[in-house]
Amino acid sequence: MKRLQFMLTRVLQGLLAIVLIATVNFMLVRAAPGDPVSVLAGEAGASDPQFVAQLRTQFGLDQPITTQLATYLGKVVTLDLGFSYRQQQPVLKLIMDRLPATLLLTGSAFVLSLLFGVTLGALSARRAGTWVDSAITVVALIFYATPLYWLALMAVLVFTVQLAWLPGFGFSTVGSGLTGFALAWDIAQHLLLPALTLALFYMAVYARMTRAAMLDVAQMDFVKTARAKGVKPGRILRAHVLRNALLPVVTLAGIQAGGMIGGAVLTETVFAWPGIGRLMFDALLQRDYSLLLGSFLVTAAMAVLFNLITDLVYTLVDPRIEL
Amino acid sequence: MKSPFWRRFTRNKGAVAGMAVLLAVVVVALLGPWIATNDPWGMVQQPFLRPWTEPGFALGTDTLGRDILSGMIYGARISLLIGAVSTVVALLIGITLGAVAGYFGGLVDAALMRFTEIFQAVPSFALAIVLVAIFQPSVGSIVTAIAIVSWPPVARLVRSEFLTLRQRDFVQAALLAGQSTPRIILTQILPNAMSPIIVMASLMVATAILLESSLSFLGLGDPNQMSWGYMVGSARTVLRQAWWMALFPGLAIVLTVLALNLVGEGLSDGLNTRLDGRTK
Amino acid sequence: MSSAVNPTQPVLAIVDLSIALPTGADRALAVERASLSVLPGQTLCVVGESGSGKSMIANAVMGLLPRPHVAPVNGQILFEGTDLLTLTEPQMRELRGRRIGMIFQEPMTALNPVMRIGEQIGEVFDAHIKVPAAEKRRRILAALADVGLPDPELTIDSYPFRLSGGQRQRVMIACALVLEPVLLICDEPTTALDVTTQAQILKLIRELQQRRGTAVLFITHDFGVVSEIADQVVVMQTGQVVEAGAVRDVLDAPQHPYTRKLINAIPDGQAQRATPTDEVARVLQVQDLCKTYRSGNGLFKRGRSVQAAKDISFELKRGETLGLVGESGSGKSSVGRCLVGLAPFDSGRILFKGRNLSQGAAFRKEAAGKIQMVFQDPYASLNPRHKVGAAIAGGPIAQGVSKTEAMARALELLKLVGLGADAAQRYPHEFSGGQRQRIAIARALAMQPELLVADEPVSALDVSVQAQVLELFAQVREQFQLAMVFITHDLRVAGQMCDHIAVMQRGEVVEYGETHKVLGDPRHAYTRKLIEAVPRIASPPHHLTMAVA
Repeated sequence: MKRLQFMLTRVLQGLLAIVLIATVNFMLVRAAPGDPVSVLAGEAGASDPQFVAQLRTQFGLDQPITTQLATYLGKVVTLDLGFSYRQQQPVLKLIMDRLPATLLLTGSAFVLSLLFGVTLGALSARRAGTWVDSAITVVALIFYATPLYWLALMAVLVFTVQLAWLPGFGFSTVGSGLTGFALAWDIAQHLLLPALTLALFYMAVYARMTRAAMLDVAQMDFVKTARAKGVKPGRILRAHVLRNALLPVVTLAGIQAGGMIGGAVLTETVFAWPGIGRLMFDALLQRDYSLLLGSFLVTAAMAVLFNLITDLVYTLVDPRIEL
Repeated sequence: MKSPFWRRFTRNKGAVAGMAVLLAVVVVALLGPWIATNDPWGMVQQPFLRPWTEPGFALGTDTLGRDILSGMIYGARISLLIGAVSTVVALLIGITLGAVAGYFGGLVDAALMRFTEIFQAVPSFALAIVLVAIFQPSVGSIVTAIAIVSWPPVARLVRSEFLTLRQRDFVQAALLAGQSTPRIILTQILPNAMSPIIVMASLMVATAILLESSLSFLGLGDPNQMSWGYMVGSARTVLRQAWWMALFPGLAIVLTVLALNLVGEGLSDGLNTRLDGRTK
Repeated sequence: MSSAVNPTQPVLAIVDLSIALPTGADRALAVERASLSVLPGQTLCVVGESGSGKSMIANAVMGLLPRPHVAPVNGQILFEGTDLLTLTEPQMRELRGRRIGMIFQEPMTALNPVMRIGEQIGEVFDAHIKVPAAEKRRRILAALADVGLPDPELTIDSYPFRLSGGQRQRVMIACALVLEPVLLICDEPTTALDVTTQAQILKLIRELQQRRGTAVLFITHDFGVVSEIADQVVVMQTGQVVEAGAVRDVLDAPQHPYTRKLINAIPDGQAQRATPTDEVARVLQVQDLCKTYRSGNGLFKRGRSVQAAKDISFELKRGETLGLVGESGSGKSSVGRCLVGLAPFDSGRILFKGRNLSQGAAFRKEAAGKIQMVFQDPYASLNPRHKVGAAIAGGPIAQGVSKTEAMARALELLKLVGLGADAAQRYPHEFSGGQRQRIAIARALAMQPELLVADEPVSALDVSVQAQVLELFAQVREQFQLAMVFITHDLRVAGQMCDHIAVMQRGEVVEYGETHKVLGDPRHAYTRKLIEAVPRIASPPHHLTMAVA
């Protein structure tokens, strides 16, 4: 029952956050240099007077600002995110078409980064002070300092251009007509480089955090108690140190999720991965602000949802949270 | 010079190396216009000149025949400038909000924290893109955008420091002595909260540089400034022909950000002492 | 399993043990050529102040020293004849938990917060012997019942955060004793506990020891505890054993001057001062003070409320000292904070010199700095970034006194508290705990207060330093004719320092009166329980402790 209450509160908070972000979108359009209508119409649409007039009435741009806000929020709630003149499609449809690709990319990157990050971090902590630790720390530091887009470019350069091991562009081989398992394999091959590139930065983040958390926990009193009981080092590491060190890592994962979704923009751009990030990039190039803001709202909503999930996971993992 | 801070700092070899690299970059940035042999925008040679084939063009040229080395030198200036200024602005916002939230607690704290949380829930890079796109790219809008997405972690840190320090007995004693609130915040609490803030600041400059370069890569950089991100971005479509256009500016970013991170760790070592004399 | 117990063959014999500290520490050896032995079924107490090396010995026996920085460099640790220092780590692991058990000082952090109690005890089995699951559970339940935990069936599946400090300590004892080791090492296990809980835990350890014939090595700083449980005692000072022998011998006729100093420093609960003259003016009157803490009020959650103070009433005249005595959770600290205006109270009145003080910041303003406080933790009560002189002068300056006069006052006070004028230019970290408390007292005095509230000012100090600081309080009180409220959990300290005592339990004053009456003829059951629980040195006639009814 308490858990339900907690979920309800968090969902409400999430919805409030999304409404606030939508309001920010609204204010940004008004605050941009120039006429709000031309911002909403985008570069392409602004040249079509009929379209502009249509927008003006739709968004009630000649009405008081509070009514405008209400209209706008009303549209958001009904999932009407506007129309992209350039692409001649509703923004929502464009986004929904691309959403699965982004989810696939960020999902795999998230899993990869956590899995390898925590493992390497734990290994590093276990062998603290040895060459293994130094090597992992140095590698983590380097990846932590590397811009995502550059890493992506270098990956394409090495693995696609020079070595031709992996495809560097797109979701699947165009026009190949593959189905079923062969298609899945093809997609996997296309997914590997982008997912790995996106994961590497966050792998470094989780490795450093895990190492630090484990070294911290290893100093704590209850670890000494376990040693005084004669418990074997392997079990101490797993059941005492790691189990406690993972708590801050879970919290961190929630915080980093927003960053990963933002990073998808860069990865998708370089690898021509047909996701929302790529959509945002195109919208930028085309000065299609409706599409840009719509994509932004959806990515923000994804991040909020993800935070909610990690919060829930945290309450499951930490028994001290009374739910 | 051999104060305890420096002793601890220099014990971290990585931090010392980072400091050296950082100083080199700063020097290059400061002396920029005098050591660069060419105007970075000047189309002075044949396009796609490979590195180390022509004297004076050590790193080759790009699609329009511009000298890459000079571009990188000017890029250092803009990266450091934007990195430093946006960090300062983010610190000002974050410290103020965090101090107020942490000191006054209660409703003020709850309200400010909700506000901060919402900011943090939004993917910061996406927000930065939107801000810069809407307000048109310029040094000013980039600095503002980076500051706006970077202040929440500072605020959280300062808030938690203030919450802890507020309850410390020496602050209670200052209250009993009748010291005024601003005086307590500035002279009693803030000096004790500076160490983690300083460490965070160095890491923030690194993040700001990464953010700025990412924005430039996407074409959202200030069109009048040659920046490292822009250089890598312009290499994207001609990667096959001119790999060096992407490699060198990227390496510059990696080195600078790495140096900043290492210095940050050194600062953390150097400042992380128990000044109260208690053994750990 | 165990060899035939030879009553004269020690279970543990430490011979000439020296433990080195890393370079840069304040001395080269943490422990220097220490020797002791524990016979089966007997309790040996190692007594000393902080930094004496007593904990190091305990850790060394278990092989838990933080090597390589701190390591034994000389001597032997003979456990049942085998030198533990020659054993490998796997061999030591065999012994830990099985033949030698250990419990530590801080029960609140000694258990894994995300592991159930049953699993934490079960680990001991898993590490040493193979036992089927049902049998293991049965034995864990038995162990929990053995250490006096109520409702073992519930506890076995609970997480540590549900248990109090005393209960967690019992769980630790269960872990340590479940496989019936021959030696139990206790490293200050009751220091962090309330006095009544301490009494219970000591009783438990005694009982278990008698039932199973375990040898006990007990580390402590409290001679009262020594008197209650030890057969043999070893006194340590800066790493060296200065005295050793049977407990009665050492306590009745201490040979070494340090031992004598330690025993004499224990507050003996006798009011040593002359009763004050007929002052009529009441400095402080507290009437029906109430304070409730409310926490956790959220949108969908109901908050919890704890009544920290309920209808507290007392009065204080100039030159008098009131002791507020209670254990943790009694509300004494909350009342203290209300008295100085650092915490608001919900109802009731506080009258200072006849004037009713209002709430919050106005309280402090109206009191004009004449009510001051000395805090408990000497390491947190001074701003680490301010010089000592500035810290002391800061108060008067905030009240409008000129800078030169404030500094002059600061220097004078530093001399008064025994620190000398050159201390003013130094930073807090350059001083010891006791010295910092002196500085804190000087800071409070700089405001020329009429009421001084001392919140457990000596609890964090070593016993010998404690005696000095209490002396300073007495001196200062005489000199300035201060009214004092002395908050403490230690009845012995209260007995020595106070004219009147108010005993608090769960927010209420359960007994209030003159010291000798409260301590000599306690009426309330809780007061009696508190007095009973204080570890007393059972005395020969010339060394009086508190008179017991």
